[in-house]
Amino acid sequence: MGTVESSPSVRASRCRAARFARTFACVLAVTLPGACRQADAARSGVTLAGSTSVQPFAERWAEEYTGGLVTVQSGGSTAGIKAVHDGTAQVGMSSRALHPEERTGLVETVVAYDAVAVIVHATNPVSSLSIAQLRAIYAGQLRFWSEVGGPHRPITVITREEGSGTRETFEHKVMGTSRIRTDALVTAYQGGLRKMVAEDRDAIGYLSLSRVTAGTKPLALDGIVPSESSVARAAYPLSRPFLFLTRGTPGDATAAFLRYVTSTAGQALAREEGLVPIMTAAP
Amino acid sequence: MRLPERVIERMLLAAALSSVAGLTLIALYIAREGLPVVFDAGVGTFLASGTWAPTRGEYGLLPMIAGSAVLTVGALALGLPLGLGCAITLAELAPPRVRAILKPTIELLAGIPSVVYGFIGMEVLVPVIRDTPWLGGPGYSVLAASIVLAVMVLPTVIGISIDAIEAVPRTYREGARALGATQWQTITGVVLPAARSGIVAAAILGMGRAVGETMAVIMVAGNAVQLPGSLLDPVRTLTTNIALEMGYASGAHAQALFATGIVLFVIIMALNALAGLARGQVRERLRVTPDSRSGAAPKRKRRERVVPDARGPMPPLAGA
Repeated sequence: MGTVESSPSVRASRCRAARFARTFACVLAVTLPGACRQADAARSGVTLAGSTSVQPFAERWAEEYTGGLVTVQSGGSTAGIKAVHDGTAQVGMSSRALHPEERTGLVETVVAYDAVAVIVHATNPVSSLSIAQLRAIYAGQLRFWSEVGGPHRPITVITREEGSGTRETFEHKVMGTSRIRTDALVTAYQGGLRKMVAEDRDAIGYLSLSRVTAGTKPLALDGIVPSESSVARAAYPLSRPFLFLTRGTPGDATAAFLRYVTSTAGQALAREEGLVPIMTAAP
Repeated sequence: MRLPERVIERMLLAAALSSVAGLTLIALYIAREGLPVVFDAGVGTFLASGTWAPTRGEYGLLPMIAGSAVLTVGALALGLPLGLGCAITLAELAPPRVRAILKPTIELLAGIPSVVYGFIGMEVLVPVIRDTPWLGGPGYSVLAASIVLAVMVLPTVIGISIDAIEAVPRTYREGARALGATQWQTITGVVLPAARSGIVAAAILGMGRAVGETMAVIMVAGNAVQLPGSLLDPVRTLTTNIALEMGYASGAHAQALFATGIVLFVIIMALNALAGLARGQVRERLRVTPDSRSGAAPKRKRRERVVPDARGPMPPLAGA
């Protein structure tokens, strides 16, 4: 066996291994910076990002707005707040009140009011619950409709996923420190939740009041039916503001769009789409 | 003359390695995003705690790990006997004309997008489970998800099982028949044992499909964060946990979802390694078969099935 000179095949394979390693390093070196770089496309026009509850209405405003190009992205209230902090969007949309640490440096504009409606199957004889009953149902202390005046059937509890603005509003205003029972069905979509409730006569769920359609029945809470006037008077317990968030002094394009949204025309559109306009809601 | 050739060789190598680079970057990224929260919460808490409330800072993945395991077992319990029966029929019993129709049909199953399976499950299966008196519950359940997944793993299980059965040399069957075995005895006593490791590989790759499936499961499983107590309880898997909550997650919550990804990554890699081992065994076993020089059978068993799954083990680079 050659001691000084390694055999050609060994040398060849070593050389190949080295080449292999070098090429791999090159490939990594080329791809890594690209993968790490943040996308920071400076866009012309106004970009909105945030709550999926606000998104459909923001899209309607964007469609009707004639002053320039408005792009609407969803992603959730939390993502919207983050986006406006980062500057990836000029306007953040939130369907919940901001936490104190999120609020720093942001200007909040209420653009409309919405309510979280609690819905059941259209044939459910129960039409009103107290907040305490609702909490007990979602916490798992009340498990049968018979305990709140319905038939003796188990309640199918449906909730939104962790992080959703609607769920946060619901937990804040209804659950307090109690937790939603762990065996509750979870969905990430308002439409999916509505469909689940519409198809299961034992189901209960919650979603944006503007999304309630036939097949489901919104419940009165503490005796108050969710409606434009009860939401506007803040009598309905689960009403919530829809917020547009800006950072610092908004640019001209952004300011113009905000003016349009809060104008009479913009608010009329909000009402047409099922929201409660800020004019009605003003005390 | 040598230079262009070397350049081309390099370019091809770079192309081949870029996919590996992709995998490396993904692994690094997931680890970078997910590991901090794992260490903050503690690995033990992360894997063994039953409470998942990320907005309150509680990250227990146990219900999701259990959920993935339960659905995988459920899918295989239904899908494996069905798939194996189908594979035996197609490889051993069916006349060529029937086979020519059935095999492409089964392969077509793999081409249906998972959201379609989920939608059918949601529209058909869930109401049936909910309204059947001896089943009941909300319908969105372990049972519904297992059935949907069982159908989805069928093409994988059938395809690889057929190849494993076909790879058994014809001389084995001829020998068994010559000894007086019936066709059924030949199948159960000779062919299936000889194809065993291929069938195991089929089951493991089926598991990989079941563990990784997201969309169909999210639509029929109910997604409750709990250890399922019965087949009729809703359940959440690792994949659906990520898909459900990614929209709104930020900060530590998003990191916890990446950490969910790490757990998934490890499980899938372990499954693929297992499948690779099992398939390696098949090749090894057939290579030492004494009659591998004769007849049409050896040609057949040499044929590598191209698994329609990018996560399959990489074939070794051909030496040059």
